[in-house]
Amino acid sequence: MSKKEISRRTFLNYMLTGTGGFLAAGMTVPLLRFAVDPALKGDGAAGDMVPVTTVDKLTNEPQRFDFKVKTTDGWYKTETPLSAWVYKEGDNVIALSPVCKHLGCTVQWNTEAAYPEEFFCPCHMGRYEKNGKNVPNTPPTAPLDVYAYEVKDGKLYLGKAQPNPVGGA
Amino acid sequence: MIKQVYDWVDERLNITPMWRDIADHEVPEHVNPAHHFSAFVYCFGGLTFFITVIQILSGMFLTMYYVPDVINAYESVKYLQNEVAFGVIVRGMHHWGASLVIVMMFLHTLRVFFTGAYKHPRELNWVVGMLIFFVMLGLGFTGYLLPWDNTAYFATKVGVEIAASVPFVGTFIKHLLTGGEILGAQTLARFFAIHVFFLPGALLGLLGVHFVVIRRQGISGPL
Repeated sequence: MSKKEISRRTFLNYMLTGTGGFLAAGMTVPLLRFAVDPALKGDGAAGDMVPVTTVDKLTNEPQRFDFKVKTTDGWYKTETPLSAWVYKEGDNVIALSPVCKHLGCTVQWNTEAAYPEEFFCPCHMGRYEKNGKNVPNTPPTAPLDVYAYEVKDGKLYLGKAQPNPVGGA
Repeated sequence: MIKQVYDWVDERLNITPMWRDIADHEVPEHVNPAHHFSAFVYCFGGLTFFITVIQILSGMFLTMYYVPDVINAYESVKYLQNEVAFGVIVRGMHHWGASLVIVMMFLHTLRVFFTGAYKHPRELNWVVGMLIFFVMLGLGFTGYLLPWDNTAYFATKVGVEIAASVPFVGTFIKHLLTGGEILGAQTLARFFAIHVFFLPGALLGLLGVHFVVIRRQGISGPL
């Protein structure tokens, strides 16, 4: 390897740029890391299970239950009201989210005379079967989400809404 | 690569003379610490500007989390300091820099005073410098309220009461500062506006004048 001479001026330029860059980085890196922090934190943990109702109230017919979840938005803590359509299928409990998978309106069970025994979204005539599966050729593209659930001491606890395992139509 | 980009821009906009005007100027021997170490006293103006840049940067980033509202201000400061990565450093930069900028500015003023650099023909720049001094004090006063803790609240209360003791116009000044009958929600909102929009705007304008004048008149001669 041949030695490549560098002039004193070039050497000093490198040193000055390096030192200056190091100092500037020491100042700007904390600022940038501070700004991007929310993007790096990702989604929160699974969340708490919230008591919603007693199991003996559940039937084969979907019933609407309202409950509240504690939400932490940075420094702002609030209670978000949520609803679930819950019914029993043998020993299993199915708790469906009422949020339409089309554009986020709220669906109701068995309210539309033309479509009995279905979840119906009034915004764009979206329809779902009892297990949440979306009816083909209506606007929704996926089945209604299901809440994670847990039964303890005769009480039903609901957690986060997750994609419905019945699969889309 | 960088050279090519520079040349491409330079060919079209002729930026080299601009660079020369801003950065390429002679530093007289008597202000160069490499020649006389005691010349470090001439650095305080530059240091004031450097810390001002840090204040502007850290302040910009702090407003990403801070809210000027009586319910949430304290909680948002607590959150950004304790929960956000490097929050304690970013707020620390702004907190300590605020004191340091006053110290540096005061040392710069002392240097200008004791070297007689304010004399003819530089009287005007001394006046501009004094205006910058008052704007900086205003930034300190308004910024002190923003964390909305006990220190902030009562320090501002004292400051407002001092302003209220001015004969004849005292009450008017007090209401102008607090934006209402009490030191509360409206005070916090207007102190925030003054702290992040009005005074920084005035400061940048005055600094621009300060620098243009010093370049036009040159640094004052040796003692």
